[in-house]
Amino acid sequence: MRHRSLILKFLSAVIVFGTWEIAGRIPVSYAFPTFFESMLALVNLTLDGTIFTAYAETLKPLVVGVCISTVLGIGFGLWIGLSEKFDWLFSPIFIVMQAAPLAALIPLLVMAYGIGLTSKVFVVCIMAMPVIVLNTSSAVRNTPSSLKEMGRSFLASDTEIILKIIIPAASPIIFSGLRLGVSAGFIGAILSELKITPTGVGDIITYSRSIADYPSMYAAIFSIIVLAVLFLNLLEKVETHLFRGNVRGYVSD
Amino acid sequence: MDMSQIKDTAKQDVDVAVSVRGVSKNYGDVEALKDLSLDFPRGELTSLLGPSGCGKTTLLKIIAGLLEPTSGQVEVNGKTVTGPGPNRAFVFQDFALLPWATVLRNVAFGLELRGVAKSERESIAEKYIKDVGLAGFENSYPHELSGGMRQRVGLARALSVDAKVLLLDEPFSAVDEQTRRKFQEDLLALVKNENKTFIFVTHSIEEAVYVSDQIAILLPRPSRVSEIIRPSGFRDKPVDQIRRDREYLDIVDKIWASLRNYVE
Ligand SMILES: Nc1ncnc2c1ncn2[C@@H]1O[C@H](COP(=O)(O)OP(=O)(O)OP(=O)(O)O)[C@@H](O)[C@H]1O
Ligand SMILES: [Mg+2]
Repeated sequence: MRHRSLILKFLSAVIVFGTWEIAGRIPVSYAFPTFFESMLALVNLTLDGTIFTAYAETLKPLVVGVCISTVLGIGFGLWIGLSEKFDWLFSPIFIVMQAAPLAALIPLLVMAYGIGLTSKVFVVCIMAMPVIVLNTSSAVRNTPSSLKEMGRSFLASDTEIILKIIIPAASPIIFSGLRLGVSAGFIGAILSELKITPTGVGDIITYSRSIADYPSMYAAIFSIIVLAVLFLNLLEKVETHLFRGNVRGYVSD
Repeated sequence: MDMSQIKDTAKQDVDVAVSVRGVSKNYGDVEALKDLSLDFPRGELTSLLGPSGCGKTTLLKIIAGLLEPTSGQVEVNGKTVTGPGPNRAFVFQDFALLPWATVLRNVAFGLELRGVAKSERESIAEKYIKDVGLAGFENSYPHELSGGMRQRVGLARALSVDAKVLLLDEPFSAVDEQTRRKFQEDLLALVKNENKTFIFVTHSIEEAVYVSDQIAILLPRPSRVSEIIRPSGFRDKPVDQIRRDREYLDIVDKIWASLRNYVE
């Protein structure tokens, strides 16, 4: 079973990269390098250390933004889910945030917070937080009432009902919100580097495009995707570790 | 004046653990219970028998303090119920198990909420897991169990908190007939050996007559008690003699005769 899923993963990787290679060789566009060219560029970027300094820069707003979004997002989500009043007050904000065209908001952010880390963290948060909040609050609201009733009948305090029943029951949906939020956070981090100031990985992309070094550009993009996938897998490991009974077999791995 | 005196003496005769007084419950427009009064003698098993949807679960939840009656009140040991308490434990019709917790943690959950130390509550839970016949499944998760097994987890959880009043909402509905008969015998032993008050909801007339000291027949919505039957003759007989006892058979027939009017 495990074995087979590994083979399948390998197979899908071969298909994707094979298509890439072929598309690069045709070529579909002179600006589209082959898979092997890109990998070679990635090796070069790694060997001369560029990629590490770039990520040191890119990960800063990403990690800070994702951490803030996780803590605040889950906190807000719980609050909104538990209280009608807060639902009424805050839900619209996050729904608007989720629907807002971020690129259009960036100039406003730069005006307010300059071109430094703060603005970039904001972009990551705007991308990541709404889905975390909305998923958490709807999961909380949908906790089976029979479980809450059971808790009350065995004398659970309100805090215990939240900690021992509502949060674990909501955890699969909270985690799926986290996964979506983190992916969006990655997009936000790169977007901010492309739109605010070119630093880190965004800088590699902008710079190598400007000198028509397309393999390096695609290498940088590829590395982000890999990192995002690795991180999502880590998140899933954390989830299965925390809530074993919840495993019903889903998503990326 | 006279009436109330008669009532008082009647009350002294039987020690009442739970007393339901004129309870009504409306869900919006739906009248589930209407002015229902019923006493549950201490140390005895009372069955609630009635057609589906007549408000048995509602009544149990009101006694448990999970639902507030629209009017009327419930007293447990003479004190008016205002919410859940340590003297009552509930076995839920839909089991209400935590899907992310093992059988062991589920059974120990009531004790966990009471602040009992982990090793102590787990050893208590293990004993009751064994009693309900789930030894070996301590570390399984609910989704790995059959319906009947899940139901027994809920039963073990309620037993392990050692409450004086047990509220059982169709606790054997999902177990197979053999296990069910075994449980009925165990239940009789439990009633006999422990001075606990059992309030037992069932759909099975035979089951009700077999295990009960008192059977309350409920009418369809809005529900009131239509009849109270107290089997007396066969309670002290050996368990394997009960089902062929004359009185047992008569009561089963009588209940069926009065309930069949409500079955379309
Ligand atoms: N939360 C609720 N909201 C509205 N109506 C309800 C609710 N719970 C129960 N009812 C209604 O109250 C009536 C009694 O319900 P209850 O669950 O107490 O029946 P029951 O006797 O336990 O039935 P069963 O034997 O099928 O379990 C039903 O007709 C149902 O429609
Ligand atoms: Mg019911």
